[in-house]
Amino acid sequence: MKFKIYRYNPETDAAPYMQDYDLAIDAGNMMLLDAILMIKANDDSLSLRKSCREGVCGSDAMNINGRNGLACITPLSGLKQPVELRPLPGLPVIRDLIVDMTQFFKQYHSIKPYLVNNDPPPETERLQSPEDRAELDGLYECILCGCCTTACPSFWWNPDKFVGPAGLLQAYRFIADTRDQATAERLDNLEDPYRLFRCHTIMNCVDVCPKELSPTEAIGKIKDMMVKRAV
Amino acid sequence: MLERIVTGAHYGLRDWLIQRVTAVVMVLYTLSLAGYWLFQPVMDYNAWTLFFSSNFVRTFSLLFLLSVFYHAWIGVRDIVMDYIKPAFIRLLLHVLVILALLLYVIWSVQILWGI
Repeated sequence: MKFKIYRYNPETDAAPYMQDYDLAIDAGNMMLLDAILMIKANDDSLSLRKSCREGVCGSDAMNINGRNGLACITPLSGLKQPVELRPLPGLPVIRDLIVDMTQFFKQYHSIKPYLVNNDPPPETERLQSPEDRAELDGLYECILCGCCTTACPSFWWNPDKFVGPAGLLQAYRFIADTRDQATAERLDNLEDPYRLFRCHTIMNCVDVCPKELSPTEAIGKIKDMMVKRAV
Repeated sequence: MLERIVTGAHYGLRDWLIQRVTAVVMVLYTLSLAGYWLFQPVMDYNAWTLFFSSNFVRTFSLLFLLSVFYHAWIGVRDIVMDYIKPAFIRLLLHVLVILALLLYVIWSVQILWGI
């Protein structure tokens, strides 16, 4: 199988370049990450992040044949050759397939991704009705791999001001949580022409999400809540 | 001055909502005008002037044009926000766009009531 991989080591390379690799393997049931690790066994200068190798940690997000995804859960057999691998777009490259995710996590932290509840903790858990709990489905599963946010042109243009789909999905996760008491502050925090409303609903995020979540739907629900609050 | 990233101008929802409402007005007007075009047997200068001499058509047309201008303002402003970073040049462009759109409003009234 043929591969074309983005290589860049800022300490030695003047500019990034694409390197060809050829593996004498049959795709079979292998995932893309398996192939990359075989390449790395031959050329240990190739750098990438990976950890759980089963789509849970979100470390090996990369641009695969022009589409963001997780290498560990992308079947090798479905990929057109040469398989072109690039780092996630829109973020500074540290080396090869490793990007600097500082800006991504800065935006994530800006929406206060934790429960705000000032009541004294009860003896047992803070309980929710099954219906209230169901609203969090499709929100809490996000693994923060960054596939959606780095596929979003609004984030490419304004990474310092637009929260991005991953951050907004998590913003709604806490806005929707009946145990949270900071709903008004959370809405205030997003009521801005940049932070939320840079989203023009092009749905690249939904298209690439490896966990099949819908940031667009969550963003729509935040907008609905803002409208309800305002009228 | 220290370079800090500032956000929090609280007009996000308002403009987003106005863009939706003006879009609905534009669709209604476009469909009405297309309907008139389809079911109008003769389409000549006289029919056209008669059509636009009605106060209702003039008012609806002005409402449509105002919607277009407001809708365009939000869209153009978003583009300027994406591509023009220095605040002074951005403000200058915003002012120019607003002035141009205001002139279009005056011009529209002159045309609609000048027939």
